[in-house]
Amino acid sequence: MPKDIATRTFKQVGTRPLRPDGIEKVTGRARFGADFSMPGMLTGRILRSPHAHARILKIDTSAAEALPGVKAVVTARDFPETDDGLHDIRMNVMAREKALYDGHAVAAVAAVSPAVAKEALKLIRVDYEVLPHVTDVDEAMKPSAPVLHQHIFTANESPAAKRPSNVAGKYEFGHGDPEAGFRKADHVIARSFKVEAAHQGYIEPHACVANVTADGQGDLWCCTQGHFMVRAISAGLNGMDLSKLRVTASEIGGGFGGKTTVYIEPVAVALSRKAGKPVKIVMTRDEVFRATGPTHSASIDVKIGATKDGRITGAFAELRYQGGAFPGSLADMGAMAAFACYDLENVRTIGWDVVTNRPKLAAYRAPSAPAICFAVESVIDELARTIGMDPIDFRLKNAAREGTLSSYGPTYQAIGLEATLRALKAHPHYKAPLKPGQGRGVACGFWFNFGGQTCVSLNIGLDGTVALSVGTPDIGGSRASMSLMVAEELGIPYEKVRCIIADTASLGYNDVTDGSRVTFSTGLATIQAARNAIKVMCARAAATWGIPEDAVEWVDGHARPTGPNAGNFEPLSLADIAAQSHQTGGPIAGHCEVTAEGAGVSFGAHLADVEVDRETGAVKVLRYTVAQDAGKAVHPAYVEGQYQGGAVQGIGWALNEEYIYGHDGRLQNAGFLDYRIPVCSDLPMIDTLILEIPNPGHPYGVRGVGETPIVPPMATIGNAIAAATGVRMTHAPMSPPRILKALTENQAGT
Amino acid sequence: MALHVKTNVNGDAAEFLCEPDETLLDALRDRLGLTGTKEGCGTGDCGACSVILDGRLVCSCLVLAAEAEGRSVRTIEGMAKGDELTTLQRKFLEHAALQCGVCTPGFLVAAEELLRRNDNPTEEQVRYWLAGNLCRCTGYDKIVRAVLDAAKDMREHAHA
Ligand code: FES
Ligand code: FES
Repeated sequence: MPKDIATRTFKQVGTRPLRPDGIEKVTGRARFGADFSMPGMLTGRILRSPHAHARILKIDTSAAEALPGVKAVVTARDFPETDDGLHDIRMNVMAREKALYDGHAVAAVAAVSPAVAKEALKLIRVDYEVLPHVTDVDEAMKPSAPVLHQHIFTANESPAAKRPSNVAGKYEFGHGDPEAGFRKADHVIARSFKVEAAHQGYIEPHACVANVTADGQGDLWCCTQGHFMVRAISAGLNGMDLSKLRVTASEIGGGFGGKTTVYIEPVAVALSRKAGKPVKIVMTRDEVFRATGPTHSASIDVKIGATKDGRITGAFAELRYQGGAFPGSLADMGAMAAFACYDLENVRTIGWDVVTNRPKLAAYRAPSAPAICFAVESVIDELARTIGMDPIDFRLKNAAREGTLSSYGPTYQAIGLEATLRALKAHPHYKAPLKPGQGRGVACGFWFNFGGQTCVSLNIGLDGTVALSVGTPDIGGSRASMSLMVAEELGIPYEKVRCIIADTASLGYNDVTDGSRVTFSTGLATIQAARNAIKVMCARAAATWGIPEDAVEWVDGHARPTGPNAGNFEPLSLADIAAQSHQTGGPIAGHCEVTAEGAGVSFGAHLADVEVDRETGAVKVLRYTVAQDAGKAVHPAYVEGQYQGGAVQGIGWALNEEYIYGHDGRLQNAGFLDYRIPVCSDLPMIDTLILEIPNPGHPYGVRGVGETPIVPPMATIGNAIAAATGVRMTHAPMSPPRILKALTENQAGT
Repeated sequence: MALHVKTNVNGDAAEFLCEPDETLLDALRDRLGLTGTKEGCGTGDCGACSVILDGRLVCSCLVLAAEAEGRSVRTIEGMAKGDELTTLQRKFLEHAALQCGVCTPGFLVAAEELLRRNDNPTEEQVRYWLAGNLCRCTGYDKIVRAVLDAAKDMREHAHA
């Protein structure tokens, strides 16, 4: 661990200043995706398949093209197939031979008004041959299932798959011998679970404006978690040079992983190029639900054995995840995350990646982890009860710690799981009395966290203020956190720093904002850029004083002479050095380009009290507490916000949120009325405990905090329901009808 | 055929042409350039488009633009006086009651109307009044705290 982490005291990091983008957001002036317009702009709209699975025999666009006011129509023909590795996303952006899910784009128009665009869509004739479809993961794995893609043969299977199927891949992790472990156990519990798909549910629908000329140059504005990714795919699908398409990220109205890919942007580019005018596309909420990233749905088996004194001897999980119409259900990550919380001698997990006639999965906060956490932590809870041990003590006894060989391979450095569990156990919530009909549940969760490619640029202004350009869209207050780190490092007030999100032409490549990587990796790069600027400023001071560079140090925003031969000079402030810079060598800046490693895994533990209405099956969350290791909380208010927001998304998934498909393969609840996310009156306050076990991989000890909070809620709520009712729920969301059914069956069985 | 609508927005006279089936939300955003009011769903389920129409809190996506004729509309853009934020706006910032901020205009408009009617709401009253506004980022905790704190501040100021 770099020695400054554990001992370092911070002056600004860890405080709660107001965010720099705050005033424009409370006055309605912030510009989100749909708020951008251009003169002469056309409206783009997309025609979508009403069928879950259908061969496209013919698309006739002539009537739409003839409609006055229509300026361009595009279909798959406008995105020619090339050997560029973008095959699946090209097919997802615009269906080619087949429509693969209800809502799959098949054509698009650009017209002078929304009304004309809508009219034009009605005039496009698509001849479909409807094919049998499959939307359930277990059904899709059966040999008799309709096969989506003739080119998919299960990867990593031995002997090698001979027939195409919907099973795209098999992934295995673990060590030891679980079967031998089960033989040593006094109690073995095996259960099967199902978890339905959820949507990220960001309030802002996808939106973009493209302004591209016939020679393939232009601009694109959009709400995205990664504008460099948008550039790569939009340029790639349209055969444009990367550097000729400049993408600017607008303010983003939520993403949670759902805006780490593209849907409409390449289409807007194609339409704009063809029409010779700017084109704006804004999705409707119905389109957001039918065509953009829900999560996987999952079918899971878990088996865990333990001795009567509470030591786990063996653990096994098999995960079947469908991720929509293309491979990439993230079953592999689920299989890696399954037992990450535990120190196990014998553990094995198998993940199956399955395709179905649903929209292609997009990441959603700790993607793949909540479902497997629900399954594993439910069985852990049941084991603790069977043995008669306190559920936190049982987890503590088996908890992963520094030096544990994780179930997915690496050996852990300093981690915070034990600390979070102990914090929960010591919290008054854990001992508060419960009334009859109420129950308390606990569960812990894990996320890997990412680093990735990052580039930042920091410029010192002549007046001693600092402009920081980063390339990772701010989805939850990261501009405030970055400004804090600059202020800390340079020793200047927070108010003297302004952080902006630079466009793709103004900065080197940055990976998307995902995997809780921004505070970690953009922060790491920002600190390094500030240190590089300090080096330059020290050199300028040294030259001014005529002393060696290594005789100058940077303390509290000033260059000072240091050491025996430095001589006696008045310290120079950052502002002094900046004001003189035109005479001492020109502009002062600091840059950093890095592939950040060492993101530092994240653990959290949640505690919930619920009350179950036995007549309606409704569950009310009475009290909720989140404990999580942040490594170092840069801006604690936004760390709490991540804990609270993630927990509530998890509560929504636990109790209500699910994609419901009809027998016709169509999505039945494509709107906020029927896909019900938690509202204010559903919830109590969400208490938070921020633990700080420094991440050795970051100069301040920071770990990503955004993902883990969504992992434990489903299991926490399920365990609380079991405590309240004596009934173990194995199908999530645990909606009123499912709870009622389980209560009734339980009564009939006893 | 386009309709000519004369109305009042945030105290100023405003007029625009619109289609008969156009919503007030679309007219505010696309005809008048007031993009502070957001569209999250277009079906009355998210509250991002909340505005005050003649003293009533409405979803502007469920109101026809033509219905604004001769009436007065208050939007997020009419809230701060010059560079001076309202207590509610300030409290939202102080409590970090926004993450992405796309729901914020709707929450502020709705919460302001609540405090106009009830200067001392309980937590439960705040939660039920705001149940028509969806926020996916915050889990509502900090929003509820900001509204309660703003109410307290405004009461103390009123009595001072
Ligand atoms: S946009 Fe009007 S309620 Fe959602
Ligand atoms: S702050 Fe993002 S939806 Fe409320």
